[in-house]
Amino acid sequence: MTVADSWTWKRPSVIPGFGITFGFSMAYLSLIVLIPLGALIVRSASLGWDEYWRLALDPRTLAALRTSFGASLIAAAINAVFGLILAWVLVRYRFAGKSVIDAMIDLPFALPTAVAGIALSALYAPTGWFGALVEPLGITIAYTPAGIVVALVFVGLPFVVRTVQPVLADLDRELEEAAATLGARRLQTIFRVILPPLVPAILTGFALALARAIGEYGSVIFIAGNLPYVSEIAPLLIVIRLEEFNYAAATAVASMMLAISFTMLLLINLIQAWSRRRFGHAV
Amino acid sequence: MDIRIANVRKEFDRFAALHGVSLDIRSGELIALLGPSGSGKTTLLRLIAGLEQPTEGAVYFGDEDASRLDVQERNVGFVFQSYALFKHMTVADNIGFGLTVRPRATRPPAAAIRKRASDLLDLVQLAGLEKRFPSQLSGGQRQRVALARALAIEPRVLLLDEPFGALDAKVRRELRHWLRALHEQTGHTTVFVTHDQEEALELADRVVVMSQGRIEQVGTPDEIYDRPVSSFVFSFIGEACELPVTVSQGQVSFDGSPIDIRAVDIVDGPARLLMRPSGVEVVTARPGGIAGDIVSIRRSGGWRRVELDVGVGRHRIEVELPVDAAAELAGRLHFLPRHWQVFPGA
Repeated sequence: MTVADSWTWKRPSVIPGFGITFGFSMAYLSLIVLIPLGALIVRSASLGWDEYWRLALDPRTLAALRTSFGASLIAAAINAVFGLILAWVLVRYRFAGKSVIDAMIDLPFALPTAVAGIALSALYAPTGWFGALVEPLGITIAYTPAGIVVALVFVGLPFVVRTVQPVLADLDRELEEAAATLGARRLQTIFRVILPPLVPAILTGFALALARAIGEYGSVIFIAGNLPYVSEIAPLLIVIRLEEFNYAAATAVASMMLAISFTMLLLINLIQAWSRRRFGHAV
Repeated sequence: MDIRIANVRKEFDRFAALHGVSLDIRSGELIALLGPSGSGKTTLLRLIAGLEQPTEGAVYFGDEDASRLDVQERNVGFVFQSYALFKHMTVADNIGFGLTVRPRATRPPAAAIRKRASDLLDLVQLAGLEKRFPSQLSGGQRQRVALARALAIEPRVLLLDEPFGALDAKVRRELRHWLRALHEQTGHTTVFVTHDQEEALELADRVVVMSQGRIEQVGTPDEIYDRPVSSFVFSFIGEACELPVTVSQGQVSFDGSPIDIRAVDIVDGPARLLMRPSGVEVVTARPGGIAGDIVSIRRSGGWRRVELDVGVGRHRIEVELPVDAAAELAGRLHFLPRHWQVFPGA
């Protein structure tokens, strides 16, 4: 028995129960995630390579994927910035109505997304309250890709706020005071002392908001206008293909989405793991 | 750098944390602010640093009114009780932080900052730990990194808030000696806050005893311990036990019978006799001594602690006697205080 140079799949641990918990996790994950997604891949594999690539690389599919992922990335980025500011306000200041605002953050989760989509498109339509304001400037929001971003920002809002809030609350005020006594200006303190420990939490929130935005359907279709090649999102294209009973094309689009989403989330997780090592040295 | 605190008053939400405190700190001095929690000692330290603004009064650094300077401009080195190290930075980056945030015109080159961090790590006896993160250090090591970080900006005054509060007893003692040596080596004007009187007396040139937002006494450790000006200082510094007495023309009486101690300059009337448990002398039964019934005798290190019920009011006090002297005791003990003070009032 050479322990030193034998690679083990699981490191020895004094905590019992690895077998049963790991077994349960795998069974559960298979049932809920792996088997449905596996079925999707099997289904699209039955198409054959040539047919698959013809459907997957169809210009309309590519345009829909570009719209979906582009708008989702922009929306997640906007949520990262403004979610951080919201979390900051909720953690750092005490003001009347704070708990009401705190509760409102989660509303986009509770509201049926179709309701959100209808409300947003009414507001941002050229005749709506906001739409009428920007219309004279030559900007149209509803029924364009900009409208998609608005809807995705709405549904993804809670993620960054909720992931950053507890970390920010745990951040010691003395760190800022220490930075000040050492001569750091406010901006230097924010960018060099406060933000770095928040990076892993911001990335987590960003990834969640992104994932949510990519899969979002209900709110977007009301405000997007759904013009093929312009403001048609990939989930909508899948539904359109299904309604045409073109299951093959639907699974091709779906599997493309799956592949891109998985790659992006894996990448973000890797960056997150790195940032946790880099910034997350808990004391 | 001389520091002068002139009539500083500080209120938080109309609760007064400091009532008109004045204090002169001489350049190069090592000063302890000593007091129980809530005495305002940390507030005073934060006012000197500029982390709080006085409600009234001013703080002068030399002849300059520091109250008008921001924290950033005061150039003070502040060491927090919880160290407040930047966890995402290496030890070297932590120490160099104060230099790297300077405006470009006064910022030393990167190599010079690295050199300064290494030199300071040598000074605090942590050479070679530049690349470590704070989470990889022990409590005592973190404390010393925090000190090195404060020293890096060449502060005009070094302020330490309960510097050894979170450390275990042995490390505390080591760091205490080390800080005294470091002070003699660098000569910074240093103010530290502590609630540990042993730490204050051992380490400081002068001790400022505070209570309820006021300064009770300022003096050398000898003055504070041997000539406390109030019963609060007497009982806060070291152990004390107390008996109610009456004073009449300098003659101190307990339970109506005079005892062999004289308190001149004390107004006639009820007064309080405070004694150190270690400062009593056992005497044979005679008038002028104090007698008490022994309740219990316990061994405490090189001493025996004897609990007594004294007088008609059966006041419970505790005295410390040499081990052999206490061995033959039983029943009733007669003693005279040797280290005592009388304060007027009931």
